[in-house]
Amino acid sequence: MKNVLGLINLHENEELLKELTRQRPLAAVPFGGRYRLVDFVLSNMVNSGIVNVGIVVKHKARSIMDHLRSGKEWDLARKRDGLFILPPPDHTHYSNSIYKGDLEHFHNHVDFLQRSSQEYVIVAGSHTVYNTDYREAFRYHLEKQADITIIYKEEQPAPGKQYSLATLVKVDDGGRVTDMQVSTGRIAGGPVCLETFIMRKSLLLEIIEDCVAHGEYDFVKEGIVKRLGRLRVYGFPFTGYMAKINSVQAYFRANMDLLQPEVWQDLFLKSGPVYTKVKDEPPANYRDQVAASNVLVANGCIIEGRVENSLLFRSVRVHRGAYVNNCIIMQKGEIGPNAVLENVICDKDVHISAAKRLIGDKNYVMVIEKGMKV
Amino acid sequence: MLHKECVAMILAGGQGSRLGVLTKTVAKPAIPFGGKYRLIDFTLSNCHNSGIDTVGVLTQYQPFELHNYIGIGTPWDLDRNTGGVHILPPFVRARGGEWYQGTANAIHQNATFIEQFSPQYVIVLSGDHIYKMDYSRMLAFHKQSAADATIAVIEVPWKEATRFGIMNADEEGRITEFAEKPKQPKSNLASMGVYIFSWKVLRKYLELDEKDKSSSHDFGKNVIPAMLESGRKMMAYAFDGYWRDVGTVESLWEANMDLLSDRPALDLYDPGWRIFSINPTQPPHFVAEGAKARRVIASVGCRIFGEVENAVLFPGVHVGPGAVIRDSVIMEGVRIGANTVIEQAIVGQDAVVGDGCQIGLAGDAAAEAITVVGERARVGADSLIPRGAVVE
Repeated sequence: MKNVLGLINLHENEELLKELTRQRPLAAVPFGGRYRLVDFVLSNMVNSGIVNVGIVVKHKARSIMDHLRSGKEWDLARKRDGLFILPPPDHTHYSNSIYKGDLEHFHNHVDFLQRSSQEYVIVAGSHTVYNTDYREAFRYHLEKQADITIIYKEEQPAPGKQYSLATLVKVDDGGRVTDMQVSTGRIAGGPVCLETFIMRKSLLLEIIEDCVAHGEYDFVKEGIVKRLGRLRVYGFPFTGYMAKINSVQAYFRANMDLLQPEVWQDLFLKSGPVYTKVKDEPPANYRDQVAASNVLVANGCIIEGRVENSLLFRSVRVHRGAYVNNCIIMQKGEIGPNAVLENVICDKDVHISAAKRLIGDKNYVMVIEKGMKV
Repeated sequence: MLHKECVAMILAGGQGSRLGVLTKTVAKPAIPFGGKYRLIDFTLSNCHNSGIDTVGVLTQYQPFELHNYIGIGTPWDLDRNTGGVHILPPFVRARGGEWYQGTANAIHQNATFIEQFSPQYVIVLSGDHIYKMDYSRMLAFHKQSAADATIAVIEVPWKEATRFGIMNADEEGRITEFAEKPKQPKSNLASMGVYIFSWKVLRKYLELDEKDKSSSHDFGKNVIPAMLESGRKMMAYAFDGYWRDVGTVESLWEANMDLLSDRPALDLYDPGWRIFSINPTQPPHFVAEGAKARRVIASVGCRIFGEVENAVLFPGVHVGPGAVIRDSVIMEGVRIGANTVIEQAIVGQDAVVGDGCQIGLAGDAAAEAITVVGERARVGADSLIPRGAVVE
C-alpha cells in the first residue's frame, strides 16, 4: 500500500449537526469516548499500510491541526511522506470569491498530488465511521481493472434507523456501479456509499482538471456520478459496522451503538487499533455507592453517582447523587450533586449545577453547547 | 559547551527480589502500578514537572523491558535535542568492565556522562518509589542553605524505621547523624533515597570511595557517612506527602489499595502534577448491563461483565459474566473467566484465568497474605487456589 496515497476530504455536509460543529469541523467532533471522527479514517489508512496522507481541511483548521499536529500518534511523522494538512485557499486574496466546492480546493493542491510518488489514491471522508483494512478493497480494484472502486455497505432497513444525506449506489451482479444517487432526504436502507473511492492518481487529476475547466466543483456529483457511463466504476461491499455521522440523531445513535460489545469490538479493534492524540489521564475511578451499567468510560473520569446507558469522555466528573441516563458527556464535563440528566449530549467543558434536571426526548436529544454552565 | 544546572541520575537497576514472581522478568522500576503506570513513571514525571530535562537512568537487572519502556523518553517529554533521557547500563572499558557494585559506584562509573553537562548539582533518585515531589523546591533549599548535600526525609512509622536510612538533624535541619538500616533507630526520619549533591564535592567523595577497598560503594552505607564524618554541610529536606517504597508483594498490593479511598493521599487526578506514562492505544472501557463497579480504578480497554469491588484494573482486562473480583490488582491484558471469584490477589500481566475458579478466598492461611498469579500464568477452569499461594 506504499503505492497508495490517502486523501481525506473534509468538505462534508454539516448542516444537521450545527450544535456540534459551530466551533469545529465535523472531522474534529469528539466520538466514542476518546476519539475525534477523523481518527477512524486516518487509522484505517495507517493500518492498511498507507504512509502518505493529505487532509483537505475546509474550514476552522485550528482544531484539526491541534489534534493531528505532526501526525506522530498515527506514525505519520516521517522524513519522507507522512501527514500533510492541505488548508483552504486563502480567500483574503480573492475578496469576492465564494465557496464553490471541494474540487476547487483539490485544484488548489494539485501540486501536492503531482509531487507525491504514489500511483493510486484513496479519497475518503471523515463522517463515515468504520474500521477496515483497505488492502482488500484495493486488491479488488486491481482485479476488476476498475477505473474507480467505491466502497459501499448494503444496509438492511431497521426500525428507528434512518440515514440523512447519504449517497446510494446501484451495483449490478458483476459488481459494476450502474447508478448513484446523492440524496438529501432520509433513507431507510440500501447500498449506502461509504464516501470512499479508490482510483489512479492520474485519473483523479484528470477529473479535477476537467471539472474545474467546465465550472464543476462537486467531486461526487460532478466528478464521479457524471462519469459512470464512461468509466469502469465498481462497488466493493463492506460488511462490518458502519455509521454515518451527519445529524445529531445519527451522532447520538452511533455513540450508543458502541455499548453493544460486538460493535465495540468491530469499530475499535477489527482491523487494527484506532489511534488518537493521547492525553495523560489517570484511569477512571469509581468511588463508593456507585452504580454503573451499560456504560463506556474513558480515562480520567471520577464517578460518584449513577450512570446508565451512557458514554463518558475523558475527565468527566459525576458527583454524588447525580443520575445520568442515556447521555453523552464529553471531555471535562461536570455533573453536579443530585443532578438528573436523561437523553442529553453535553459538549466539552459543560458544567451542570447541583440538583439540575435536564430531560431530553428519546428521539430528539437535548444538546448543551461547549463550555455552557447550566 | 552544553551546560545544565542540575542533572538527575535515576538508580533503576534493582531486582526487588522480595516481590518474587512479579520481578522474575522485569526490574523493580518496571513493575506496573495504579491501573496504568510503572513505578518509574513517578520519578520521571517528577523530573519533568520539576523542570529537570537531563536524566540518566542506570539499569542493570533485567533491563530489556525497562529500556523498551523508556525508549527516547517521549511520554515524559524527555526526548530533547539537548539533555533528555539517557539509559546508562553497565559497560566494558579498555581496562575491563564490571557490573555496578553499589549505588555510589554506579554514579562513579557514569561520571563522564554527568561531566558532559558540567552541572553544579546532581540529584540522585530511585526509580522504584511512588510519590509526587517538586525537586526544584528541594534544589532551592539546597542552594539557600549552601549545603554540600541535601537528603529528602520523611517520617516513617517507628516499627518500620529499621528498613531505612535513618537520620538525626538539628533545629536548622543540618544532619548530625546518619545510620543505614539501624537495629535501634534513634529517630523516625527516613531517607527517601532522594539526594542533591554539589557535583564537585560528590565527585571527590566518589573517587575517595572507589579507592577504599573495604567499601561496598553505597550512598547510604559509605558515601553519606564519609561526608558527614569529614564535616560537610548536609541538610535534611522534610517531605510530608505520600511516599511508598513498595518492596514486597504486600506493600505493592497496599499501595494500589491506597488509591481506592475517597480522598487518596496520592492524588493522580491533579492536572497541575500529572503522572506521565505510555498511553496504550485502546478504546474506553465498557461496563456491561448488570455489571458492578464499586471502588474501582479501571483503565482503557477493559470489559467488565461481572462484579468488581475494591480493585485496580489495568488496560485490556476482561472480567467474565458472573465473576467477582474483590480487593485485587489485575494487570494488563488479563482474562478472567465467567463465575470466577478472586479475592485479595495480584494477577500478573496477560494471565488467563478460566471459568469457575476460586482464587485467594479466605481459608486457613493467614488472612493478610496476598495471592499472586504470575505473568502469563494459565489457570485452568474450576481451579481452587488458596489464599497466599503463588501461581507461576
